[in-house]
Amino acid sequence: MTTQETHHAIEITGLHKWYGDFHVLKDINLQVPQGERLVICGPSGSGKSTMVRCINKLEDFQRGSIVVDGIPLTDDLKRIDRVRREVGMLFQNFNLFPHLTVLENCTLAPVWVRRMPQREAEELAMHFLARVRIPDQAGKYPGQLSGGQQQRVAIARCLCMNPKIMLFDEPTSALDPEMIKEVLDVMIDLAESGMTMICVTHEMGFARTVADRVIFMDQGEIMEINTPDAFFRNPQTDRAKEFLGQILSHGFDETAG
Amino acid sequence: MYVKTERHPDLAPPVLEAGALAWARKNLFSSPLNTLLTLFGLWLLWATVPPFLSWAVINANWAGDGRAACETLPGEQAGACWVFIKIRLGVLFYGFYPEPERWRIDMAAIQLFAALAPLIAASLAPGRWERGLVLFPAAGALAVLALCGPVPGLVAAAFLLAPSILCRVDFTRLTVRLPTNPLLRAALAAGVFLGVRYAAQTFMPKAADSLAIFSLVLLFLAATMGKAGPTRWRLSLLVFVFPFISFWLLLGDAFGLPHVATDQWGGMSLTLIIASFGMSTSLPLGILLALGRRSTMPVIRSLCVAYIEFIRGVPLISVLFMASVMLPLMLPPGTTFDKLLRALVGMSIFYAAYMAEVVRGGLQALPKGQFEAAEALGFRYWRAMRLIIMPQALRVVIPGITNTFLGLFKDTTLVAVINLMDILGVVKSALADSQWLGFTKEGYLFAGFAFWVFCFGISRYSMQLEKRLKVKR
Ligand SMILES: Nc1ncnc2c1ncn2[C@@H]1O[C@H](COP(=O)(O)OP(=O)(O)O)[C@@H](O)[C@H]1O
Ligand SMILES: [Mg+2]
Repeated sequence: MTTQETHHAIEITGLHKWYGDFHVLKDINLQVPQGERLVICGPSGSGKSTMVRCINKLEDFQRGSIVVDGIPLTDDLKRIDRVRREVGMLFQNFNLFPHLTVLENCTLAPVWVRRMPQREAEELAMHFLARVRIPDQAGKYPGQLSGGQQQRVAIARCLCMNPKIMLFDEPTSALDPEMIKEVLDVMIDLAESGMTMICVTHEMGFARTVADRVIFMDQGEIMEINTPDAFFRNPQTDRAKEFLGQILSHGFDETAG
Repeated sequence: MYVKTERHPDLAPPVLEAGALAWARKNLFSSPLNTLLTLFGLWLLWATVPPFLSWAVINANWAGDGRAACETLPGEQAGACWVFIKIRLGVLFYGFYPEPERWRIDMAAIQLFAALAPLIAASLAPGRWERGLVLFPAAGALAVLALCGPVPGLVAAAFLLAPSILCRVDFTRLTVRLPTNPLLRAALAAGVFLGVRYAAQTFMPKAADSLAIFSLVLLFLAATMGKAGPTRWRLSLLVFVFPFISFWLLLGDAFGLPHVATDQWGGMSLTLIIASFGMSTSLPLGILLALGRRSTMPVIRSLCVAYIEFIRGVPLISVLFMASVMLPLMLPPGTTFDKLLRALVGMSIFYAAYMAEVVRGGLQALPKGQFEAAEALGFRYWRAMRLIIMPQALRVVIPGITNTFLGLFKDTTLVAVINLMDILGVVKSALADSQWLGFTKEGYLFAGFAFWVFCFGISRYSMQLEKRLKVKR
């Protein structure tokens, strides 16, 4: 897909992060090849969001390095801009802009950040809205849509910026069960198109069908990196076993697939 | 076991007790205390309203053109003398602006009205007016044409009808071509500024500076508006272009108009000028201060906190005094600093501090995720603020902004302490006229009524705006 197959999409080396005295991320090392679908799971408060948010510099980190698509992340604003152009991000609570229509939500960044003419941006937005299967909602405001629809708009909004990498931070955990599937379907569709995806999720069905690798995090550390099959069938650490036990007993499994 | 076999039908909601009597019983006489209060209220109305109406309307003197018209004949009940106001109407509105030049104020007022009317109409009856909205500007342009002559008419037409044309232009095409490098941008702005200033030196030297600033404002508008609807254009032209038009119009010394010094300005027009200047500067300044107060940079944050807390701690009168007495002392001797300008500066720095706190309230109401989403999409700070954060934050605090605006509007009367003749000042000077002694009531009632009309208008408009924006969420 790209001309530079030599470097990884994301390379994290020796990453440490503190909130004040609290050591949130401890010695994270991770290479994500281009086109890989990576699922991150782990108990609440284990630092999954923090790690993912470091990748597009929504969070600062104190030690270690992150290289995104060959661009080392530093405090330099230019570089951060370049990285953010490559990386799209989905949030748990969608974070659509409530004062703009769905279409305007999608065209805002292409017009003002990518400096695309309005007309062109609208065509692009309609294209992606069709791809997430809600072209008919373009004129509505986010508040008038269901959670599942809002998250799909958020995906379309990301895609309009033509990212090479997408980060998902628990995109379905704020949704009612009947809406989870519609969002996961769109994500599976994306995965099949070859997008590099890093996805914090507890949707085990999704992880099984889509993920190339699964990462298990606990207390700011990566405890296990494995294939989904191996991880779900036979987790190596006690914490992972315990965690999977809890997840399965709560019936999260097999919601998608 | 219970199994429901039939669906319950949807019923109409129960009809509440109807009729005037039922309403009165429920709202006016529901308890002994309530009944007592109702009776007291009725007595109060009976005791005050009829006498006032008989004085202000029924027995009032409306016709005539001199003191004699208002003499109370023996046996006649005393009535208000509106003749006094009628004769002074010119001074009350224009102050001591020279009579042959008063059309300039008229023209600014018509333009202001014609620019505001579509905005107000659109918010009062959204949707229904959209097609007819262009009528107001057209009528305004025609009125200027008829009252003030062909050249002012053309200027007004250009200004008032521009939104309908500009909304068809896609300025993002221009935005895309402008340099992104801040240095290049500054150079471009400086080039435009100096170029226009140099060119203007030859044909309109006295207005060269204002023309150069105006060209910068136009450049800014063109660069930032993108493809906007007619309403946004109308608002932007009102805020960014109209002030320049009225500045040249009222002060003169440009476009062949004779100079009218600001100490000749006065009356309601002066009140409106101070109020609208105060409103349109205090809001943006307040926004900057509010952002500064939330900044992560300690120096900027503490400067903003110090400014806000200092200004909020002193009365407006002392700020006006300081602007009037201290500023000239601080400036190098010989620089003249217009008295009106001092009042304007004093008003806006004072109200900016209040506005900052109102805006900060709105910023705090927004979830952090909004800014993060903007950042993740690649927006830098200022653009995220302008396009995403501020539109939402300001929406939340419309009631607070309105409140501050109303306070500002009424506080314009304090400019009297630095000897500016706002409407209250003009009323006072009219009351001191030895020919017309004893019409205090009429004078102050008129001034109060004038304030009420504008303040009520502002407050209604804000309520409508709030309602309309709420629908969208
Ligand atoms: N802004 C913050 N300040 C201080 N501590 C934080 C902040 N954000 C998160 N944390 C803490 O960092 C830890 C990791 O948080 P997070 O990355 O959100 O976990 P996860 O997404 O895995 O549930 C948690 O213990 C949380 O309380
Ligand atoms: Mg999280």
